Amino acid sequence: MSSHDEHAVEVVGDRTPDTEPLADPGHPAHKWRPTDVDERLERRAERQVATLFALSGLCSVLFVVSYFVFDIGEVVTTVGGFGASNLALGLTLGGALLFGGVGAIHWARKLMADQEMVEARHAIASPPEDREVTVAGFNTGLEESGIARRPLIRNSLLGALGVLALPVPVVLLRDLGPLPGDALKSTIWEPGMRVVRDVTGTPIRPSDLQFGDLVNAEPAALFEVDEQGEPLIEGAQLQTEKAKGAVILVRIEPEDITPGEGREDWGVDGILCYSKICTHVGCPISLYERTTHHVLCPCHQSTFDLADSARVMFGPAARPLPQLPLDVDSDGYLVARSDFDEPVGPSFWERDSR
Amino acid sequence: MSIDTSKVATSNADTAATAKKPNPIGAIASWADDRLGLATSQKKMVRKVFPEHWSFMLGEIALWSFIVLLLTGTFLTLWFNPSMGEVQYNGSYDQLRGIHMSEAFASTLNISFDVRGGLLMRQMHHWSAMLFIAAMMVHLMRVFFTGAHRKPRELNWVIGCLLLLLGTLEGFTGYSLPDDLLSGTGIRAADGFIKSQPVVGTYMSFFLFNGEFPGESIIPRLYVVHILLIPGILLALIAAHMLLLVYHKHTQWPGPGRTEQNVVGYPLMPVYAAKAGGFFFIVFGVTALMGGLLSINPVWKYGPYDPSKVTAGSQPDWYMGWPDGALRIMPGWESTIGPYTLSWNVLLPIIVLPVVAFTILLLLPFVEQWITGDKREHHLLQRPRNAPTRTAVMVALMTFYGLMWAAGGNDIIAIVFDLSINQITYFMRAAVFIGPVIAFFITRRWCISLQRADNDRLLHGYESGIIMRSTEGGYSERHLPINEGAAFTLTSRDRDEVYVPSSATDSNGVAAPGGRLEALRARLSAGWFGHNVQKPTKAELDEGHAHAEHEHELQVGLDHPADGHQFDGHHTVDEESLRGH
Amino acid sequence: MRFLNRSVDSWAGRISRHRRGPLAGFLVLVLGLLMMGGLYTTFSPAQAQSEQTTEELVAEGRELFIVNCSFCHGQNGEGVSTVDGNQLGPSLAGVGAAAVDFQVGTGRMPAAQPGQQMPRKEKVFSQEEIDAMAAFVASLGAGPAVPDESDYSLEGLSDEERQEAIVRGGQIFLTNCTACHNFTGSGGAMPRGGYAPAILGVEPRYVYQAMLTGPQTMPSFSNGNLTPEAKRDVIAYLQSIEENPKYGGFGMGGLGPVAEGMYAWIVGIGVLVGFAVWIAAHGARSTKQKVDA
Repeated sequence: MSSHDEHAVEVVGDRTPDTEPLADPGHPAHKWRPTDVDERLERRAERQVATLFALSGLCSVLFVVSYFVFDIGEVVTTVGGFGASNLALGLTLGGALLFGGVGAIHWARKLMADQEMVEARHAIASPPEDREVTVAGFNTGLEESGIARRPLIRNSLLGALGVLALPVPVVLLRDLGPLPGDALKSTIWEPGMRVVRDVTGTPIRPSDLQFGDLVNAEPAALFEVDEQGEPLIEGAQLQTEKAKGAVILVRIEPEDITPGEGREDWGVDGILCYSKICTHVGCPISLYERTTHHVLCPCHQSTFDLADSARVMFGPAARPLPQLPLDVDSDGYLVARSDFDEPVGPSFWERDSR
Repeated sequence: MSIDTSKVATSNADTAATAKKPNPIGAIASWADDRLGLATSQKKMVRKVFPEHWSFMLGEIALWSFIVLLLTGTFLTLWFNPSMGEVQYNGSYDQLRGIHMSEAFASTLNISFDVRGGLLMRQMHHWSAMLFIAAMMVHLMRVFFTGAHRKPRELNWVIGCLLLLLGTLEGFTGYSLPDDLLSGTGIRAADGFIKSQPVVGTYMSFFLFNGEFPGESIIPRLYVVHILLIPGILLALIAAHMLLLVYHKHTQWPGPGRTEQNVVGYPLMPVYAAKAGGFFFIVFGVTALMGGLLSINPVWKYGPYDPSKVTAGSQPDWYMGWPDGALRIMPGWESTIGPYTLSWNVLLPIIVLPVVAFTILLLLPFVEQWITGDKREHHLLQRPRNAPTRTAVMVALMTFYGLMWAAGGNDIIAIVFDLSINQITYFMRAAVFIGPVIAFFITRRWCISLQRADNDRLLHGYESGIIMRSTEGGYSERHLPINEGAAFTLTSRDRDEVYVPSSATDSNGVAAPGGRLEALRARLSAGWFGHNVQKPTKAELDEGHAHAEHEHELQVGLDHPADGHQFDGHHTVDEESLRGH
Repeated sequence: MRFLNRSVDSWAGRISRHRRGPLAGFLVLVLGLLMMGGLYTTFSPAQAQSEQTTEELVAEGRELFIVNCSFCHGQNGEGVSTVDGNQLGPSLAGVGAAAVDFQVGTGRMPAAQPGQQMPRKEKVFSQEEIDAMAAFVASLGAGPAVPDESDYSLEGLSDEERQEAIVRGGQIFLTNCTACHNFTGSGGAMPRGGYAPAILGVEPRYVYQAMLTGPQTMPSFSNGNLTPEAKRDVIAYLQSIEENPKYGGFGMGGLGPVAEGMYAWIVGIGVLVGFAVWIAAHGARSTKQKVDA
């Protein structure tokens, strides 16, 4: 018996098909379904379809009932710990639709005529005569316009369209936003601005913090109020300043700290302050491990060592977290000595790391 | 064209289908036809034949999900307020009472807690968005594996890829609208991506956000994109996609009675209308059940977006998972050119990679056509095993996608399976390169061995499970011939033809222009078809049958072809002698 | 008088008549026991614990400590390191009674083996034993004390104050806690195989102590960092989240978009493809031939 397993690829220069090994046996004979030949089964299928449609209708009615019966808002009706309204509306709507769909399908599968039909395909490409007529017509039109014979018209048209389509609509978008300027290079932090606890806005004394503490903090300016008690900074402006000014304070045993060059006095009694905004793409970080002094960003897992100037230990961030130099003011509260010495947050083209 | 009417279905009813009395529907139809000429245009549609297979319904899931999205989305727009103006919450959700938040978030809370059915519609909208994109991907894989992207359907493939891209963007803009903590974190990351662009990054960021992040404009702008711009383009592309499908007619699986020149299946009216319509209700119904039973995107727990807050497990929705994974496993590379900074760690995974991947996806049919040199029209599908290299390429791409996707969930994987995120990241850095290569080779060999198995069945029949013992004592398994239809189906495929360029040099020894490219093409083509197993020729098949008959005679004395049920009780074998000659 | 005499006579006589009945002895015994128990309860000291002096508690704690804890933490809680400089168990001087109550009360200690992170498991010691060990560890160095229930309960607050506490607690929770523990307290991943455990359903006292002492790698939120009121607010918020109805349905673990995507694929696409297979399935066929009527 010769081996039929490996057939070498046939290299043919032209594409004439070779003789098919088997002839097409043609469409198989139609086989009837039980519902086609047995009237009892046919009527049963009919009843099943009707029942499904009836169930669908019932679910629709129950939906309307649930809408008015189950409360939401101040007092939420619950059933088994779940919100009753959502559960009931979802189940009844789902039921109404599903039963309807299943009923239609069941009808099609069991009762509708299911003889397979054959339809011939047509050529996808247009017939050559049509192509000729169309091309000829187009060419005639082009000829009659004279565009080919009048390069001056053609070129000036293209030029006009070029100027209209490109700069004109684009320039309308100029006022989408202001130019970046130097906005990204500084934050709201100023010399002498207190570092306050986030949410409560209370200032912090060094003695408040234990070794191993992590404080989520903000610049005091974000909590300042005017004479009526209205906040000075609010809304979108508040969000923008938070997006650059949010910081974390950690207190680390001084012997564990490796201060950065020129940063030996940036901490106070082992309390260090870093920007909370990740230098990768800007998520806020505060997943702090007190034993290793590593802080992890939850978005893409960049890890920084806060005992070593927030050097990148792992992950896709390229730069350490900026550090805020700390001082203590005359009332004994922690303050910033100045703004950060580099832009906060994600890198950008004009960042200038020199 | 002539239609074979002998197989046209006859009605189940007994009576003829002529109207007995004037039909009110008929009157309306006449009125419409007088003005629209519908009858002519619908002449071919009414009984248009659609081939039937479950894998042809995957695109339908996407289509019906889109309709569900339109309906539920319209509901939501009636209450949603796309403004970032600050407001103090005064609704029913107690845990956020008095908190300052944007109007967008407050209106989302309103929909969830103070509008009956609102939470259901929100959840249905979100679930069906996920199903929409998942269905498009599954549909894409089916189309590619079965070769339905070949001529004349390449343009439909391109449209489909654009639909996938736009669907993803639509989903991203959509789940960002409530301005909650999770999606706001996503927008923050997106701003980081934009800022990292060389030269124009900061300008694009300031123009998009109307100033510094987050500003007051991003939500209303995303709203316009989400409810007008992208849905408009989606509708247009879906219409084009369907039009081409109708014009080209659907592809079909090979089989008895099926050729490249016909379509075998069921008519639009009534079967397909019922099945497709029914499936629409099923998709809608399953979405409603999911919306009622499974809580998705509980924005009240996230709270309003605040740039200094974040949650563990911050991921985008699943369809953005793979670029997020690429971003996570990327090492922290950044370089400076004078005073300027180039952030490779962001540029490469989030800009370059998706663009390259999408371009590859778009070009797949054209590259395949260039390599194989196959310019024929194809309306019969191929089993994936009969295109081993193509199948292997897609499996390799899926492996790459899947590994990146898993990397995007590395922290969830770590806490669920008690692993280290660092180890997962290191593993993925290597796996995304090695995995696809391994997957390619394994898949290709697997397909080829399946082709061999098919050929075995053709030539030697199927293994009947009956062991015969010859007089010398040797054991062998009885093979019985497969039935005619199955045999024909197995041979109903093209032979692979390696591309051969016209000669490299002409009679004077002058090299043909583009000769090097043509040589590369020939080599790729040879590699593409490589070790594929071709179907047997007529001669081989006849020889195989003759051989089988001979074997039959030796082993069992049946005077007619066995139908395979001699020994399993399906019909009586009283008259048949099994051992006689 | 005659009336009274007669009634006294009648019941006095009744008891007398049954004096030698079969149940008499049994009844006297029960009565005696009840009297003794009642007298003891009434007159015995209110809490036997509090009667125990601090020295006795510390001594008892030391006994327990030596047997169960000193292998890793040293005889005097000074900590034990291996030859390679790895830590078997850290020093417990200054961790305070609160740390002990947390670690031993949640079953994390005694640890099954030294390693990355101690998971919560079955509590091994009774509360009295824990109190004793806590007293001993507290004696090693000044540290945070076990909080009183009044520190974290909302009792005594008006409805409006309670409401405000919960809202504020939510904001504090989202600022300080969700980064590690996730928006619904389902936990999150930390570097090198560590994790922030799920905190939903944990007893308020342990939540308070965890914040106060910063167990293992968790940072501490001492009372100078988050005031006791702030801690109370966070606990109130967590409890309110637990008590809330599941508005939208099953939470799928509260893990966010990853779980949601998994359900969309497995449940959503799975069910729909299943329906598609059914719709296009060949269906039952009969061998009979149709006879037109």
